[in-house]
Amino acid sequence: MIIPVWLIFASSTHTALIINTQGLQFFLGDKFLENYTKVLLYEGGFFKEITALKMFLNSFLMATGVAFLSVISSLMTAYVLVYFRVKYATLLFWIIFITILVPLELRIFPTYSVMSTLNLVNSYWGLIIPISASAIATLFFRQFYKTIPDELLESAKLDGANTWRFFIDFLVPLSKTMIVAMFIFMFVFGYNQYLWPILVTSSEQYWTVVMGLKMMSGSIVNKFAFVIMSMIPPVLIIIVLQKYFIKGIFQDK
Amino acid sequence: MSFLELNKVTKIYPNGTKAVHETSMNVENGEFMVFVGPSGCGKSTLLRMIAGLEDITEGYINLDGILINKVDPSERDVAMVFQNYALYPHMNVYNNLAYGLKNRGISKEDIEKKVNEAAKLLQISEYLQRKPSMLSGGQRQRVAMGRAIVRNPKIFLFDEPLSNLDAKLRIQMRLEIKKLQQKVGVTSIFVTHDQVEAMTLADRLAVINNGLIEQLGTPIEIYNNPKSMFVAGFIGSPQMNFLEGELKNKTLTSEGFEINNVTSDFNGPVILGIRPEHMSQTDKGLINLSVDLVEQLGSDNLIYGEIKNKKDFCFRCPGSQIIKKGSKLSLNINDNNYYVFDKSNGNRVN
Repeated sequence: MIIPVWLIFASSTHTALIINTQGLQFFLGDKFLENYTKVLLYEGGFFKEITALKMFLNSFLMATGVAFLSVISSLMTAYVLVYFRVKYATLLFWIIFITILVPLELRIFPTYSVMSTLNLVNSYWGLIIPISASAIATLFFRQFYKTIPDELLESAKLDGANTWRFFIDFLVPLSKTMIVAMFIFMFVFGYNQYLWPILVTSSEQYWTVVMGLKMMSGSIVNKFAFVIMSMIPPVLIIIVLQKYFIKGIFQDK
Repeated sequence: MSFLELNKVTKIYPNGTKAVHETSMNVENGEFMVFVGPSGCGKSTLLRMIAGLEDITEGYINLDGILINKVDPSERDVAMVFQNYALYPHMNVYNNLAYGLKNRGISKEDIEKKVNEAAKLLQISEYLQRKPSMLSGGQRQRVAMGRAIVRNPKIFLFDEPLSNLDAKLRIQMRLEIKKLQQKVGVTSIFVTHDQVEAMTLADRLAVINNGLIEQLGTPIEIYNNPKSMFVAGFIGSPQMNFLEGELKNKTLTSEGFEINNVTSDFNGPVILGIRPEHMSQTDKGLINLSVDLVEQLGSDNLIYGEIKNKKDFCFRCPGSQIIKKGSKLSLNINDNNYYVFDKSNGNRVN
């Protein structure tokens, strides 16, 4: 599995001439710095308004925004569904859950229409908001809250914790592990978005990395370099947060 | 006016189940009150209503002269120890104790002082930095009590706090709870289904059955003078023996023997109750027991046997006495220590 990736990486450090004449390379060349800086700073796109660096920033903003918003919204939704005396809470939950059957691609026109009414087309919020409500994350948090014994809530009540304090002081720290897991999940999900960013942004200013993959131009080595770089953020976030993820699991052992 | 006053407190659940019937009682300041009864009798519900974790359907509760029916649990100034301790798993012991104080806006120095005092009293000072998952059952129990003590509440509520401990630790913690309560002097209500715990801890005891207080009094009063068959059967270990019989003109006939001059004017079918420890061996006694089983506890022997139609009749004798299986014993009731209950409703009639 690692060989094709390595092949592309090794090839991306040669000149285009070598690749075109001798095929893919297994060994590193000497054009690493040159190729990669060129890709990062090259002003591409139809109007020459966007660099790869800017695409990375856009993707990062979008993915973090999606991850943050969806974790926060599903944490709170689950809190309301489990702990508030909501009538028909189970039914409500299933209605939320059914939205899994209606992915963004299926409701893309109404969503676009809402975003355009809100004047959010061509903005970061327009990229983030429509995909930052996650039924799956809500399901996970809800199931977790249901395993927390009632006595904990009662005990906290007697200790003077109000609704907000119970959420902040108890549920959030207790679901730390799950929050990190959901954050990783939603980050990668946000980073991988393709169709929605294409639809909601017409300005090249908001191009994301995944969009760039399709639209990029230039020589073969530059494309390789871009492909390699586009893999780094999700891999990096998993490596960095994995540490906390494992720490979270074993903290009480 | 008493410290804690329950007046016709009733609990009816939304599905119509009546968990607690009109219950009235008073608890004095500094008193150790125990609610005892079989599971599902409403004793926990009663306690939770005092804590404010359950709504009161009817009646009112007064604590220290204040009507607390509608007061939020955090403002009632009560502390509760739960059956599974309900320690905060993500906080260390120190923060477990300090959390309630923090929410009351007490200064950091005061919190530290109070937590350290409580920890010292409960001998958990060295565990203050540990998480609850790193503590043993007994230590967790202490932390749970520490969390109650540290707030210096008007009343302690214990909801079967000892039932998760092993037998030895349970006896030890029972002793510690009692000592602690005497030292701190806080009014306490303790819920248990274990009659030994109830007897040893209580200043006064409320025996509850089906949401009704069957009898309220000191443990010895209840042991010596049970008002109903339920109380008689529930308090005392091993359980009281019950024999069916007939009372007519002050003469009780039962399972092959007669008792004359019963102090009762009741006529009709009755249940005779005799405690295993209220009998002794004689040459020509009332009761003839053929021994089926001997349980040797060391200090005592429990003898189970048959008298006419009644099986598993229990008799308790000193451990020094050697009694063999299959032998026949002749027993007398000491000092007329027997109880007669109306068979139809279980009420005491002598």
